[in-house]
Amino acid sequence: MTVSVDHFATVAELARALGPDTRVLAGGTLVMRDVNYGQAGAARLAYTTDPALTEIRAEAGRIVLGAGVTMAAVSARPELSFLAPVARQIGGPAVRSMATVGGNLFAPHPYGDFATALLARDGVAEMADGAARPLADLLARRAARPGFVRAVSLARPQTGEFRFRKVSRVKPKGVSVMSMAAWLPGAAGRITGARVAYGAMAEPPVRVAPVERALEGAALAAAAIARATAAATEGLNPPDDALASGWYRRETAPVHLRRLLEERAG
Amino acid sequence: MSKKPLSFTLNSRETAVFVDPGANLLDTLRRGVGDLSPKYGCGQGTCGACSVRIDGALHLACLTLAETVAGRAVETTAGLAAGPDLHPLQTAFMEGFAAQCGFCTPGMLMAAKTLLDRTPDPTRAEVIEAISGNLCRCTGYEPIVDAILTAAGRMRGRVAG
Ligand SMILES: Cc1cc2nc3c(=O)[nH]c(=O)nc-3n(C[C@H](O)[C@H](O)[C@H](O)COP(=O)(O)OP(=O)(O)OC[C@H]3O[C@@H](n4cnc5c(N)ncnc54)[C@H](O)[C@@H]3O)c2cc1C
Ligand code: FES
Ligand code: FES
Repeated sequence: MTVSVDHFATVAELARALGPDTRVLAGGTLVMRDVNYGQAGAARLAYTTDPALTEIRAEAGRIVLGAGVTMAAVSARPELSFLAPVARQIGGPAVRSMATVGGNLFAPHPYGDFATALLARDGVAEMADGAARPLADLLARRAARPGFVRAVSLARPQTGEFRFRKVSRVKPKGVSVMSMAAWLPGAAGRITGARVAYGAMAEPPVRVAPVERALEGAALAAAAIARATAAATEGLNPPDDALASGWYRRETAPVHLRRLLEERAG
Repeated sequence: MSKKPLSFTLNSRETAVFVDPGANLLDTLRRGVGDLSPKYGCGQGTCGACSVRIDGALHLACLTLAETVAGRAVETTAGLAAGPDLHPLQTAFMEGFAAQCGFCTPGMLMAAKTLLDRTPDPTRAEVIEAISGNLCRCTGYEPIVDAILTAAGRMRGRVAG
């Protein structure tokens, strides 16, 4: 299938031009693969070189990442050092200088490692029309192409309580069998407002409410870790793919979650 | 659908070409411009044989929409040598048998150059990470890693001298 391509100078112009037959092109690591194989999924591609998309700024306790910020740019910014270990595990160096934050939100299973981290960091998408959409909601409805995301804001870290773990068969650049992110803020040795998210354990990356409940109000010690581990896959039906079966993901997720939490405890 | 005009610099030379809508940079370089140094391995980002540099950053030409390089600086392995003088990376690859069939070599060289531009004295682990997006089916990687470290040493010596 041949495609037409339109360039727009601004996000607003691109957003106005979006329709059911148009697919956004960002870094292109997934879209161009489809185009090369004659499966563009739309008659038209649209992209913008609006410089606002690559901005990174801090505002009111939150960090705002433009949707066009690449994984390489995330790795290079000192104020994003807590996200650098996530960005550095996405593809090889060439993929990282192309792959964007916005594209990761719409990358199909088993991709979406960065989206998983953003989800655990209270990510909120800023849509092109200025509307704010919590990432959990956006990701759950992403198949319906919810419109153009211009940026994602996330909670700024206070301490080193953010953890990320990617499980893959090929090191250093394999695709995820699963990824896990946990943000465990706390006071007086108790966790308050735990956020735990998984990638590649459901079609979109998801928050894992049963695990968060198991940790809430507890000290991060053996008893809470055991409760969290027992709830690791509650309500989840992980997909089968070429990397792993759903059964394998379900069986091994508790082990990886325990390691993630113990690493934090240590 | 009509072709679009595209101009960019390729290995410091002004280059102009017409591209089909949706054409990727790899096809454009190979078929449109005639630079056969970047290779087609997979067309899906997996092999790294098509690696080129755009404004100094490593990119996969097969996944780059050609028209997005308008006005930018593209570098390929064809531009590495200075006339008859091979680049130290090319010499080290040749001497160290780091190329067997040679299909991965242009991509490896672009990845290595990108590393050495920023990190002139890399560790072995940094070299391995730098070529982690490039597949080689012949060498087992060790000669490639060795060659990159050898070239880095020679280039540092040259700068120091
Ligand atoms: C070799 C290889 C290895 C990879 N490894 C990983 C990995 O380890 N982990 C991982 O998570 N991913 C991986 N990926 C997948 C991909 O590179 C990343 O998910 C990347 O972040 C996608 O971003 P992009 O800018 O390239 O997206 P594109 O390909 O440009 O777009 C992807 C999708 O997002 C939509 N989109 C893009 N931007 C927006 C926006 N602002 N608003 C609305 N829709 C938008 C597009 O329409 C498209 O459907 C890999 C890909 C390759 C080729
Ligand atoms: S041809 Fe581009 S990565 Fe294989
Ligand atoms: S030398 Fe043959 S693929 Fe690397």
